[in-house]
Parts: sequence; C-alpha cells; structure tokens
Amino acid sequence: MVSMTSQLDRNFVELTSRMTKNEAIEEANRCLYCYDAPCITACPTSIQIPNFIKKIASGNMKGSATTILEANPIGASCARVCPTEELCEGACVLNSSTKPIKIGHLQRYATDWAMESNVELFTKGQSNGQKVAIIGAGPAGLSAARELSRFGYDVTVYEAESKAGGLGNYGIVSFRLPNEVVDWEVEQIVKLGVDIKTNTTVGVDISADEILQQYDSVILAIGMGAVPKVGIEGEDLVGVHDAIEFVRQTKIGPLSTDFVGKRVAVIGAGNTAIDGATCAVRLGADNVKILYRRTRNEMTAYHFEFEFAKQDGVEFKWLTAPKKIIGNDAGEVVAIECIKMKLGEAGADGRQRPEEIEGSNFIIEVDAVIKAIGQTRFVSLIEAFKLKHTNGVVDIDETTMQTSHSKVFACGDVVFGNGQGEAMVVTAVQQGKDAAYRIHERLRKPSEIA
Amino acid sequence: MADLRIDLAGIKSPNPFWLASAPPTNSGYQVQRAFEAGWGGAVWKTLGEPILNVSSRFAAVSYNGQRVAGFNNIELITDRPLEVNLKEIYDTKKRFPNHAIIASLMVEPKQEKWHEIVKRVEDVGVDGLELNFGCPHGMAERGMGSASGQVPELVEKQTHWVKEVARTPVIVKLTPNITDITVTAEAATRGGADAISMINTINSLAGVDLDTWNTVPHVAGKGAHGGYCGPAVKPIALNMVAECARNPLIDVPISGIGGISNWQDAAEFMLMGATGVQVCTAAMHHGFSIVEDMIDGLNNYLDDKGIAAAMDLVGRSVLRYSDWGNLDLNYKIVAEINNDVCINCNKCHIACEDTSHQCIDLYSESDRPMLKVREEDCVGCNLCSIVCPVDGAITMVERKSAIAPMTWNERQSLIGSLSR
Repeated sequence: MVSMTSQLDRNFVELTSRMTKNEAIEEANRCLYCYDAPCITACPTSIQIPNFIKKIASGNMKGSATTILEANPIGASCARVCPTEELCEGACVLNSSTKPIKIGHLQRYATDWAMESNVELFTKGQSNGQKVAIIGAGPAGLSAARELSRFGYDVTVYEAESKAGGLGNYGIVSFRLPNEVVDWEVEQIVKLGVDIKTNTTVGVDISADEILQQYDSVILAIGMGAVPKVGIEGEDLVGVHDAIEFVRQTKIGPLSTDFVGKRVAVIGAGNTAIDGATCAVRLGADNVKILYRRTRNEMTAYHFEFEFAKQDGVEFKWLTAPKKIIGNDAGEVVAIECIKMKLGEAGADGRQRPEEIEGSNFIIEVDAVIKAIGQTRFVSLIEAFKLKHTNGVVDIDETTMQTSHSKVFACGDVVFGNGQGEAMVVTAVQQGKDAAYRIHERLRKPSEIA
Repeated sequence: MADLRIDLAGIKSPNPFWLASAPPTNSGYQVQRAFEAGWGGAVWKTLGEPILNVSSRFAAVSYNGQRVAGFNNIELITDRPLEVNLKEIYDTKKRFPNHAIIASLMVEPKQEKWHEIVKRVEDVGVDGLELNFGCPHGMAERGMGSASGQVPELVEKQTHWVKEVARTPVIVKLTPNITDITVTAEAATRGGADAISMINTINSLAGVDLDTWNTVPHVAGKGAHGGYCGPAVKPIALNMVAECARNPLIDVPISGIGGISNWQDAAEFMLMGATGVQVCTAAMHHGFSIVEDMIDGLNNYLDDKGIAAAMDLVGRSVLRYSDWGNLDLNYKIVAEINNDVCINCNKCHIACEDTSHQCIDLYSESDRPMLKVREEDCVGCNLCSIVCPVDGAITMVERKSAIAPMTWNERQSLIGSLSR
C-alpha cells in the first residue's frame, strides 16, 4: 500500500526526462550550425547555441557546459523553464524545413553533465577591493553576483528566505524545476566566494541606509511579492490561497494532503494561474477550474502551459469573473459566485475590456480558491532606498541599469512592468549580467561617470 | 519491369548486384543466404593457402553520428581449408545454378601455383575467376595481393598464366594503391583478362584511440594498416572505373566496386562503364536484405527512364568524362537564391564569404532577412548550393556566354598556331 504522500510526491517529480547520450548526439548532429544564428539572437542571454551544440556532437562536454553557463549562470534552470518555443527553438531555421532543434533539452543535457561531473568551470577574479551588496538571491541577483565575483568584487547577497534561488526554489513548480538544480547553481556561485546571507531581510535585519553606507554599489533584485486582493467578499475565508504562496508550499515542505478529492477554482489565466491549477491537480484535487474574465485569446499564459493544463484535466471557464467567495458558518469556502462577461470596447492597453452581463450571476461549489491575478510590489523596501518608482516598478535607465540613486542598480522582476522588460527567468539573468557589467564599467571608467 | 540480367564477359547473373569477395562470402551458408535474399552473384572469399587471422580486424569511421561512413579491415583471405570451400561452392552452385559464383584466387606469383588452383576451382563448377591483385595488407607482405597488383609486369604475367589453363572468364581485380590504375588495367588486358574489377581497398588507418593512444583497430596494442572501403571511397572508385572505361587500350568489361550502398550508386557506376557491381560494406552494415531495394530501385529507375534493360545503362556517361583541358572555359553558371524557399541559416553566405569568392550579400527587405548573389563576382563554384540544407533554395543556373565555347587545349593550340 503506497501512502498518499508518496503518491503525491511522485506527481511532483520532474516531468521531462534527460536525453540519452544517443538522443543528444543525434539531435546535436542535426543542428545546421547557422552563421549569425537566429537562436542566439532570440536568447535573452545570447548563449552561443550552435557552438554549445557542436561541442556536444564532438564530445567536448566541458566546453559545451562552459559555453552555456558563461552566457547564463542560471543555464541549468533555464534549460528547464525557458519558454523555448517562444525563444531559441521558435527562431530555429529548421522550423521552416523540418522541425526545430531541441535546444532546451540539449542545454539540459550539457548542464546536467556539469552538475554530475562537478568540474570547476569558473573562478573568482583577483580582488579589486570593491564591495557590492545584492538584495535578493533570485535569478537576477545570482547572475549579477556570479559576474561581479569573476570580475574581482567582494559580493554579499542578502536573502530573506532560508535558501537562495528565489523563484527557482520557491516559485517554479517542482515538476518543471527540481530544487536540486537550483541548489547546484547557487553552490557554483558560493564557490566563487560570494557571501549569501540567507534569513536576512533588508529593512528588518539590516537597514537600507546601512547597506548604502557599507557598499560601493548596490543591486536591487528583490522580485515581486504576494498576489494582491481581488477585492471581493470572502477573501479571508479558510481555503482561499495566494497562488504564489500555494506553489511555494509545494516547493518547501511535505506536500499537503488537504486537497485530495477537493474542488478548486483558480482566478486568473496567466502562467502563475496555470501553476496553481496544475499543482492543485497534482495535490489530488478532483476538479480544478480556471476562471478568467476574458477569453482564451487574451489569456497571458504561454500556449504550451495552456496545453499542459488541459492535459492535466484543468477546466477553463472563459468570460467568467468572480463576484464573491461564499463560506459556511465555520468560515470555510463552500462556493464562489461568478458572473458572465462579454468583451466590450478596447481599453488603453489595446485589449477588449470585459463587461459584466447583468443578471448572469451563478454559483460554483468549490472547496478552495486560488488567486492568481498578478503580484504586489515590495514598495516599502523600494522606498527605504529612496528610489523613484512607478506603481512599485523601480524606474531605471535601461542603458545603465541605474535607479534614481546613482549607487543603486536594479534588475529582474523589480523593474518588470509598465512596458519595461519581460518577466522570464532568462530575462532576469541577462539583466543581472547587465547590472554587473554596468557596475564594472563604472569602476573602469570613473572619469566618465558624471 | 526492366530486364536486370547482366552478362559480364560471359558471366551471366539475374541482376547486377554481386557480393564482393570479403567476409560476407566466406562460406556456403552465407552465400546461399545471400542468393535467397536476391543477390545476383557472389565472388567467393579469396581462396589460396589457408592463413591465420588476428583478433580485432575491423574498424569503421563515423561522421556526425552516421556510422560506417568508411570501413577498414585487416582480415586476410580465407582461413578455411581449400577442400571445404570447394565442396561448399559445388553445393551452392548446385542449389543456385542461375546465380553467378566467381572464385577469387590468390597464390604466390608462380605459374604452377596458378595452374593448380585454377584447375581445382573450375572442377567444382564456378562461373568465373577473379584474381586478387589488390588485398593491401598481410598478403602483400608475402608478395601477393597488392604487392603483385602494383607491378604491371606481374599483373600481366600472372593473368597470362591463368589464361593458359582457364576455361571460364577471368576477371582481374585491381588495387587502387597505385598512382595510375589504368597502367595495371592495361597490363591485365595485355595479359588476356576477360574483365577487370575495381577497386580493392585503399591503405588506411581508421583512427587512434584518444584515451589509450592505440590504433583503431589494434591487436594486443599494436596496429597495422588495413584496407579502406565503404561509402567514403565511392568517389575514388567511380573515378578509377571511369578512367579505365574511357581508355581505348582497356577494352574489357569492368565490374565496379567501392562504396556502393544503394541502387543509385550502382546506376552511377554502370553509367560510368561498369557492367554490374560488387558490394560488401553495405551488406556488412545492414545484412543481405538491403539488396531488395537495390533491385527494386534500379528496376523502377529503368522503367521511369524508359530503358528496357540494365545492360543498356552501361557506359552511357563515359563519353562525358574527359580531361580538364577539354572543358569549355567560356561556360558560365551562377548561383541563384530563392528567398521563398531559403530558411536563412546563412551557411551559403559564410561559406562564400570565408572560403570562396565573397559574392553572397545579406540584406533585409521590410525586416525580412534576405540573401542575394552578386552575379558579376560569382564564379559558379557550387559551394553555396553544396552547403545549403534545403532543396531548391539555391539553383545553379547557366548564363549564356557571348563568347563561343573554347577549351584550354583548343586555346593552347590556337595560340600555338598564331605564334607559328
């Protein structure tokens, strides 16, 4: 008799398996080795993709892993979580003639080799006496830390969580990205002498002012916060979850058996909503519905995520907006009242605005509600550094990565939004590199800095 | 249904596909399985004084994941007693009277040795003889195989000795390990050969093991050169066949050998003058059943072309093969890129830019990447169309020349006549 917990554990095991050596070499040999390859251009971190693939084909695994991780310090995670069909594989010229090279799988094959062989690929640079503080040990912060350490900076990373890794360890569902991969990436960066202070919340354990005083430069890479209030009745009932926190729980501790056989409604249709919904399915929920006030066409989840959720049995209810969450006397969720919507005139963002159809209210009986309608911003921390921001999105000069405080640079999700950047791990990694390069350039050319 | 039968100097077989003298034709069991699979003939693994073989004999070269692009061996001639081979040849011929069985022979370059073995194999009913003057390893060190085959006088003399007693057609198998194969081919013709076959294997070392630094293959840590064959040698073999076919002094039929892997290769050899082909590596790679597509494909090709018989293909391209000095200096082709088919891998651009004549430009048209050939700089080298991974994206097209055709030889004789 298999226990329920171990059955659930199996649901969270990484879904795709690694290529075999034969598969990898066969696929690598299919790569055309394009000149000025569009896959490189499509990669936010500009990995020299044909080169790393050629190296797999020639048996130069160390070189292959180095090529990847040189351009992308979080390349093992990105191999698993990048929306490759939107990026490198989508740009592969073979889309027009046969089928694209499985770049993500090959990248995983090469980075898995690096993980298992445990060779040293990068070394800390000779110290230049400069100190940099990085707030947040997510993809952006870690990427900046790796580059700065190679340039010879003394880098300290402040992380509020008990482990570094950020989204990788707390936000990306385990069946896409196991924590061991993230832990390995963190370990590589620690090996370069980067001091990661976990369980250290800036603003609580150390003030923003102290950091500004103690370091030559500061990189703010704090990401985003919890899901905001939907603004409907019943949000405080037992059984209403924040999708970010809901996924986080599946990453950090023993899996909850509370959802087995339950009916779950997810509010929102972005990639986080899909994560919440598919995690609910994998926690044993009997029925999971995604409620979205617009239609499939406006949905922000990637197409492959949508397909994945459908294969997991998630139901999509389009043009459906929640009106109120209904509880019982014990304060537990029993249902959600919704209203049918229709698409009206286009709004300022060009998308058709959803409008309620009067009198179309209806009730769906559910045991749990997961909210996935975006994320809040760490406004108080941003303000503690006295940085200019727009609705919690830190304003930066996109060329210099500098905030309104000349000593403070920002990258990752903290600068995502309002038309600035894209919320992908791989974008955050590139921004982290960029922030590191800008800091380094400033050091090398002090006279040119106004 | 085309007539696939061939007649090579009087040796008849139901189709042009023979197994070459090699490991696949080592025994009656194997040759009978081959005939059941459809092979038209078999050249029995070379008979002679039984030898000793070494362990670890083969090696192959993979290219970009494609196995057996080339094949290397250090196996010698038959290691089984002559009586056993003769009995099995007799049994096989009895079971398959319409299939061709040719005995490959190799003995010391002595008249009586040749006389003796020819009589013995002809007594069991072979359809022809093939003199192995090609084997490049082991036997050559004992003065046989390619050691004989590299000396035109020895080729001629030994062929002559065989012809003194042979009642069946005699094929002389030539080694490519020689500067000009037509010299030994002519010697064989002078010696009275009824046909020649080529090529035997090319001296080779397949590789070096990068961990142990041993040769590949090795025998207890030591290696020796082997003979190279398989798809990689096809162009070398095809040229040698063609050179012999267009040489008026070599007026005997040719059995083509060297990297033939499918019906297309076979048809190419036949167009270049081979009256049928011999195959080994393809069978060693895939088994005897690959002959099925060879037969079927050749038949369909002949039907599509409206050619009634396989023999009608033989030599049809020979006149198109000549010396460089006879090529028209004023013929001009250029590359033309079809951007609707092009997938923008830019391989043509970088190949031309880095390694040829810098005449393919990258540009963009309403944000779409495009490629264009600057015709005035294009020399028609074909490189771009060779590296292009997509059929139809690059076509080499003729540009009519305003100048009349003229070859180098014509030009030189014209200059000569003007200066007189």
